[in-house]
Amino acid sequence: MSKTLVEKIWDAHVVKSEPGFPDILYIDTHLIHEVTSPQAFDGLRKRGLPVLRPKQTVATADHNVPTLNQLQPIKEELSRYQVDMLTKNCAEFGIELYGLGHPFQGIVHVIGPELGITLPGKTMVCGDSHTSTHGAFGAIAFGIGTSQVEQVFATQCLLQQKPKTMKIEVNGTLGKGVTAKDIILYIISKISAAGGTGYFIEYAGTAIEALSMEARMTICNMSIEMGARGGLIAPDQITFDYIKGREFAPAGAEWDKALAYWKTLYSDADAKFDSVLNFQAEDIAPMITYGTNPGMGMGIQENIPATKTQPEKEQLSYQKALDYMGFQDDSSLIGKPVDYVFIGSCTNSRIEDLREVADFVKDKQKAENVTVWIVPGSKQVEQQAKNEGLDKVFEKAGFQLREPGCSACLGMNEDKIPAGKYCVSTSNRNFEGRQGPDARTLLVSPLTAAAAAVTGKITDVRELMAEV
Amino acid sequence: MKKFEKLTSAVVPLNIENIDTDQIIPARFLKATTREGFGENLFRDWRYNGDNSPKADFVLNDPAYSGKILVAGKNFGCGSSREHAAWAIQDAGFDVVISSFFADIFKGNALNNGLLPIQVTEDFLAAIFKAVGQDHKAILTVDLENQKVTLTSTNESADFEINPYKKSCLINGYDDIDFILNQKNLIEAFEQAR
Repeated sequence: MSKTLVEKIWDAHVVKSEPGFPDILYIDTHLIHEVTSPQAFDGLRKRGLPVLRPKQTVATADHNVPTLNQLQPIKEELSRYQVDMLTKNCAEFGIELYGLGHPFQGIVHVIGPELGITLPGKTMVCGDSHTSTHGAFGAIAFGIGTSQVEQVFATQCLLQQKPKTMKIEVNGTLGKGVTAKDIILYIISKISAAGGTGYFIEYAGTAIEALSMEARMTICNMSIEMGARGGLIAPDQITFDYIKGREFAPAGAEWDKALAYWKTLYSDADAKFDSVLNFQAEDIAPMITYGTNPGMGMGIQENIPATKTQPEKEQLSYQKALDYMGFQDDSSLIGKPVDYVFIGSCTNSRIEDLREVADFVKDKQKAENVTVWIVPGSKQVEQQAKNEGLDKVFEKAGFQLREPGCSACLGMNEDKIPAGKYCVSTSNRNFEGRQGPDARTLLVSPLTAAAAAVTGKITDVRELMAEV
Repeated sequence: MKKFEKLTSAVVPLNIENIDTDQIIPARFLKATTREGFGENLFRDWRYNGDNSPKADFVLNDPAYSGKILVAGKNFGCGSSREHAAWAIQDAGFDVVISSFFADIFKGNALNNGLLPIQVTEDFLAAIFKAVGQDHKAILTVDLENQKVTLTSTNESADFEINPYKKSCLINGYDDIDFILNQKNLIEAFEQAR
């Protein structure tokens, strides 16, 4: 029987399937971090249970860590306590921890791929909704809550309903200044912040196939922003080349065996999806969000849609979002002054993102009115950036290159955007208060963020590229 | 896990769509390492001003409304996987959340904690908002066994769906770990067969 990619991987991991019950799904790799794990460890203690497969569990500290002076004790007491708890719990339950000071430390969704832990055909979970990132390698990867973290600790399995499948094809060639981030913001703007709920999304088509692994991760990362728990892309030569030689990737005979299996991981030609959507790459412009959910996005040259064009029942929420942002409907954002630019998060903090920004800002200066933070996704990304001299480019431009962590994406640490300020951000969520109480977030690609940093206002990056 | 069978209560209406988990419990309050106490920061930035004084126009600060049922607009609980959102709602005294659409992870987290998420039609949701608009103390009855929710004042009722396994977990107070641990031999057999 022909199967979709999701079905192939899912079916290979079903421990038990019984009518009327969710499947018992085996989990190959469990990633954990300091925020969503402590209550799960407590649960184990209360039940008197060990972590069943500690070797299949990897921990890092990312959400709550400072991005300056990481080797000094964390100043904020609760954050320090939470990070210390992770260290203590990992030691007690025998889990490898890439904590602060470790050369592998970083955002959980950045380190998994770069260490070769993320592999095609795996099932992977983490107590973090952006776990979908790992789907870029052709893995089933999704975010879970803390009760489920405890479940995976105790059993290496999850009770899980098999998801519906959606295929999103993007064909054609991206225009100048248009990147993977624009593709995904465009898709979300078309199908809404709830349009993917209940589905795992397979991204396909020539525009997706042409993307690097880093770019594919950006796409899969934001699947959850349309409600889909998972997003994935069939592995191909680009995937295999990325994985080969990484720290924990299979090698030698193991590699050959793995590769032979990975090459079977694609949706069969006549496989049936529950939903299929098609988009054309040429229709996509550099994108920007104007509201308080990631579905409220538009091409940067467009006007914010008029409230009266929204469904009647939704007009109140829509207007509330625009009021929060301090925007008028039916107006353009071009030229609006910006206070902060944040380049980072599990969506866009990989070496390729930093290279793209550095390439654009070389011999340019940030505008005076803007504070620019670049937060690399991991110690390895940070080191690589320094090896390539990107740190010098950023310094010269007046950008601050910080140390790795989730940082201003969710403002759990000190990296908060002040109330009322506008932040052009490469992160994934523009929710009210996400980057700090009353902070206003505009989601964009790293290129569009770099353009805003240089001009100090919302700018169509294509216009600056034309000058070159 | 807390058991759930039947509930008759007034409702707290929050007629806003796409309420994300950052509104339910902002990230800066996720630093606790226990499950308790998140209720005081439920809807923190809608509920309190920067100086911690309550915002009078927010429904949780309005003494006219009370009850154990939270009713909200569609796509409730979208965003992050933080289970703290479900804990916060429960800690603030709610046992049921009603919406016309729930985000996936939130719904699972709620069920895993004995907080019942009930999805109703847009029309029934509108009927609840209308009834509460007319009478702040309007009463709803939630009957899990029969999967029915009823507006007492108008006697309008709606059936709701719930996975039969999850339903039995709620009624009996079981959780998934109890269920899977009973099948541990299958897990080991699966690992060996790979």
